[in-house]
Amino acid sequence: MTALALHDIGVRFGGLTALDGVTLTVPEGRTVGVIGPNGAGKTTLFNVVCGFVRPSAGHLTLGDRRFRPRPHQLTRLGIARTLQGVGLFPSLTVRENVQVANPATAEAALERCGITQHLNTRPMTLPYAVRKRVALARALASEPKLLLLDEPAGGLGPEEIAGLTALIKELTCGVLLVEHHMDLVMAVCDEILVLDFGKPIAHGTPDEIRADPKVADAYLGEE
Amino acid sequence: MDRFVYLTFDGLSRGAVFAAFALALVLIWRATRIVNFAQGAMAVATAYAGFSVSSATGSYWLGFAVAIVTGLALGAVTERVVMRFVDHSSHLNGVVVALGLVLVIQGGLGMIYGNEYRPAAAPFSRDAFTVGGVALLSRFDLFVFAAVGAVCVLLALLFTRTAVGLRMRAAAFAPDVARLLGVHVGGMLTLGWALAAGVGSLAGMLVLPTELGLHPNAMDVVFVSAFTAAVVGGLDSAPGSVAGGLVVGLIVSYVSGYLGATVAPIAVLVLLVVVLLGRPGGLFSRGKARTV
Repeated sequence: MTALALHDIGVRFGGLTALDGVTLTVPEGRTVGVIGPNGAGKTTLFNVVCGFVRPSAGHLTLGDRRFRPRPHQLTRLGIARTLQGVGLFPSLTVRENVQVANPATAEAALERCGITQHLNTRPMTLPYAVRKRVALARALASEPKLLLLDEPAGGLGPEEIAGLTALIKELTCGVLLVEHHMDLVMAVCDEILVLDFGKPIAHGTPDEIRADPKVADAYLGEE
Repeated sequence: MDRFVYLTFDGLSRGAVFAAFALALVLIWRATRIVNFAQGAMAVATAYAGFSVSSATGSYWLGFAVAIVTGLALGAVTERVVMRFVDHSSHLNGVVVALGLVLVIQGGLGMIYGNEYRPAAAPFSRDAFTVGGVALLSRFDLFVFAAVGAVCVLLALLFTRTAVGLRMRAAAFAPDVARLLGVHVGGMLTLGWALAAGVGSLAGMLVLPTELGLHPNAMDVVFVSAFTAAVVGGLDSAPGSVAGGLVVGLIVSYVSGYLGATVAPIAVLVLLVVVLLGRPGGLFSRGKARTV
């Protein structure tokens, strides 16, 4: 069953086209990556799914039903998101940060992410990699059917990325991943959508994306 | 020395009221980054409602309960009907709307109840107990301490021990992130305003029976002292606002006692200026000062 589908989504900010004709499905239990150069529209895509940005064209479906996302209803719909900038509540402890999402499952989520030793610490005193884990634990605490990961490897070192890779591979929910770290994307994704200036230029398996010359021109060629 | 002891207890009693009122200001500031200049007028409005019920029924406590409940309702309505629609792109917008509310409420109270001072009854004697010839606290002072203490404990438990309190804190610090976690931020704001106005009403019911009496502008002076208390403690710090309230209460009492009551408001303003110049984030703030 398809968990989430975007149908021909377009977003315009004044004269700027942020997204144009984006169609994508994220089946339950599968990991779909969205890559592209800076400004390609990846985060805008997440903001459409979360209801922070209303699309000027197209629509979304969850299961068989069309839906208009609203941020505070996402967890009820089984969707959770991490943020690029971590987005933890600085005055709440690690435990409280995760409890905001779901007090009943907070401990289990923290244990799953391996950060139970920091329960009563305020997040801003922790290393960035640990804060990222707290943000992930908070998203997992809501027991999502679909998890949106916005650059989860940003600012992490190789060892931490290896740990993150293993953690994402263990997830049983659908995952929509926006990420610049190609090794992580290629390792965890079942399929990948490539955006350039808001338009899809390629869509396929990691091997197909690696072999696509358009992708190399637009994105991979930059590295 | 006897006078100093008396003034100290008197200051702590006043300070407890300032603390409650400052706490109300801090609750709204933390949730919305608005200094609710209408807090005093709202408290007076609910006190009028309470004392009207008391005089109609002869029951002080029924009037007291009506004042608190009216405060909760007025706070919720103010947020839901007025403040929610304020453009928050500038702090000034919220301040202007709050000041507008002051004028509307005070004007309305003047039209309904008139502008003359009315006595406000106290539920307990205000005559101080004397120990060894030294006047200490009255029964009413003890009631003030008990009421404010109970409110502080209940709010502390709410914010640290309950899921609703946790969600209120999350909604106050990062509303967009909180929304993503399923928090109904609008509902939390309404609840925050209701609680703040309820606490403000309590402060009004505790301070009006003293030297103030009922008048549409009766809480103006209290507002200045409570605002100073909130700034002294740090507008982001609930415990700081309580400590700030006690500090301001003591200063008001000592200055009134030794230099004269007319000097006390000046002393409060001097304290406000000194804190704003020297430590604008407040004495109990952890982070950098916010600019308003």
